[in-house]
Amino acid sequence: MSGEIQRKLRVNPLLCTGFGYCAEIVPELISLDDWGYPIVDTSPIEDENLMQHARRAVAACPRLALIIEELAKVPR
Amino acid sequence: MAGPSPAGGYEKLDDHINRLGQRPAGGPWMLDTLAESGLRGRGGAWFPTSRKWSAVAENSDGHAVVVVNGSEGEPLSAKDRVLQTLRPHLVLDGAVLAAETMKADDIVIYLSRAATTTERIIQAAIKERARAGLNEPPIRIEKCAHRYIAGESSAVINRVSGGLAKPMFTLKRAAEKGVNDQPTLVQNAETMAHAAMIARYGSEWYRRLGTDSCPGTGLMTLRGNVKRPGVYEVDMAASLGGVLDATGGTVSPPAGALLGGYFGTWLSPESMQDLPLDAERLKKEFKASFGCGILAVLPDGGCAIVESTRVLTYLAAETAGQCGPCVNGLAALSETMERIAASQPEPDDYQRVTRWIDMVRGRGACHHPDGAVGQLSSALTVFKTHLTSHLEGRRCRGTQVQGFPRPPSPGEGWK
Repeated sequence: MSGEIQRKLRVNPLLCTGFGYCAEIVPELISLDDWGYPIVDTSPIEDENLMQHARRAVAACPRLALIIEELAKVPR
Repeated sequence: MAGPSPAGGYEKLDDHINRLGQRPAGGPWMLDTLAESGLRGRGGAWFPTSRKWSAVAENSDGHAVVVVNGSEGEPLSAKDRVLQTLRPHLVLDGAVLAAETMKADDIVIYLSRAATTTERIIQAAIKERARAGLNEPPIRIEKCAHRYIAGESSAVINRVSGGLAKPMFTLKRAAEKGVNDQPTLVQNAETMAHAAMIARYGSEWYRRLGTDSCPGTGLMTLRGNVKRPGVYEVDMAASLGGVLDATGGTVSPPAGALLGGYFGTWLSPESMQDLPLDAERLKKEFKASFGCGILAVLPDGGCAIVESTRVLTYLAAETAGQCGPCVNGLAALSETMERIAASQPEPDDYQRVTRWIDMVRGRGACHHPDGAVGQLSSALTVFKTHLTSHLEGRRCRGTQVQGFPRPPSPGEGWK
């Protein structure tokens, strides 16, 4: 089940040149700063619907700068 | 680490061994000793050294890299240069101990291109060790452009791997995949020297000075409005006031100080006397950082808003130019703060500054933007009352006051 792994959005700021498509596709998770660069909500994505949008944003990035990082959930 | 001042330059290998005794060989025992000693990294982050060494040791299969970071791109710092030019063998001892402990087969001394004297002395010290027939992994020197962030850990790895001294974006830790994809330890030169002392005399000896959370001694660079500027080895249990008193005090009544370097924290004059040096207490109780051990004191009439802006403008120019938030954010902040420092703000300039400080934080591949806005933010908070007079357009004589070190011109190139 998805309970084992946490997925979160992450931007590689070295690759990003501020096309800004990502913020149009998932405004729930990404906004743009005053210079057009994405401010990414990096909390784990639980909602499956939101995850689909996140994946579309990743696919749409012309710079391949947006990634979904998968981390094993740290047991509490 | 201190001892008699060596005659004729640096402490030669014979004198070094006569003074401190033979170095024990590194090995797994060293990881326990380091953990017991509580030694923390002196590049500025104060990360527990034993955890760094253990992580590399776990990943090493006989091929790993030890990088001694002696590049010291921080303009206010002189401690690593002083240490490496007076006691090169102590630093090299630490590097060899690290290599033996984590089974590394490559030792790199990472130096700034501007540090020609340091390079000459380290080179001579390496030759001495080879001539003495010490059974050690080979030690080599790699040089980087003299720039502020050339010493950032991922920039070091990039440069030593043959690239530019610019930070990288990576999901892997250096302990797993560092220089040429090998497990890598990047450790500040001073930390290596402490490790070499701890290996000789043990963790109990090390803990005789300092505090529980920050044991031992530390190197400090005193600058600006102090009677005797220079590099000092201090007890980490001391207070800032204690250090100032013991070193002759200030020239004029201090108007404040910058602690920890250009990524550090501005202090009010009232807070300085009783402030601890202990990095943990500073962080938790005072939201301040000892950083790489710098104390730069403002002279009477000096202005932290003005000096903090000069630092910010330098750091904005020292961006690697890779990340949008750093490139755009620091430039915008610098331009706006220059107006505020000159007491000629436009309406909403202060609101812009506070908004941008929050906006750029944590959004670079490295911590350059975070450090730059951190020092600015502390100046704006600590000197809030005085900031008001800048915002209201009242002239500040602090712009004319001499005696606080000015940032240098930005560096050139990245190799």
